[in-house]
Amino acid sequence: MPELVTRVTVEELPAASGDPITVLRFSGDITSASQPAVMGTYEGLPDTVKRILLDFSKVEYLNSSGIALVIQMMIAASKRGQKINSFGLSPHFMKVFTMVGITKYTSLHADEASACAEFS
Amino acid sequence: MSTKPTHSDRASSSSIELRLPSRLGYEKVAMNTAASVARLMGFSEERVEDLKTAVAEACINAMEHGNKLDDSLSVGVILSMDANSLEVKVTDNGDGPTNKTDAPDIHKKMLEEEDARGMGMFLIQALVDEVEWVSSPPAGSYARMVIHLDHHVPSVTL
Repeated sequence: MPELVTRVTVEELPAASGDPITVLRFSGDITSASQPAVMGTYEGLPDTVKRILLDFSKVEYLNSSGIALVIQMMIAASKRGQKINSFGLSPHFMKVFTMVGITKYTSLHADEASACAEFS
Repeated sequence: MSTKPTHSDRASSSSIELRLPSRLGYEKVAMNTAASVARLMGFSEERVEDLKTAVAEACINAMEHGNKLDDSLSVGVILSMDANSLEVKVTDNGDGPTNKTDAPDIHKKMLEEEDARGMGMFLIQALVDEVEWVSSPPAGSYARMVIHLDHHVPSVTL
């Protein structure tokens, strides 16, 4: 049972005010094997990107190594002055993200609309 | 991978054994088997999700740290059920974990003073009702996790 490939698509949404919002939509598994897909996609974003939205709604499997990748992305975003919001996590992974403290650095939302609104 | 139903020494219990290759991704076989058993036993979906994460993390630790991802070594998973609880034992050929179960310090991680990884044992401890890590070289080591069925059933007065 090989791990499912991590797919990441990038979309840009217009914001009601301020900078546009860049959405990273993840699908498949997010594990230690996802480093190139996750960090490679993030590092390919231009420095002009200031608002990033992470969409986990199509993620099928996430483990602690995958969560560590999200933390790595948050570290890099902090250095580049970017703000990250997230949505689409299951109630279980919202609990897990809260347990490990990620919610101190990114806000978790139930849906895309509320996550976008929080940027304003 | 092999699967065989067995009888264990837990009173009125039965058990299922899996042997997984030490290859990342195969932890999902144990995770999904544990989830199926937990659902059959009547655990809530929230507890099933907790167990899935705990079992997956224990298997990953066994593959990576216990068996050093050596494909010739397998990770054993033994699920033992009785009327009140589900026990999952994950065995490997290593000397036992050296990691800590302390809560991760997200501030230190953000400052890169602490590795972004290394949360598996903390999650296991936080998500199951009982856990122990037993080191018994040269025979190997195991993690033992238990979740209990909630007995807060409202009484009925006739």
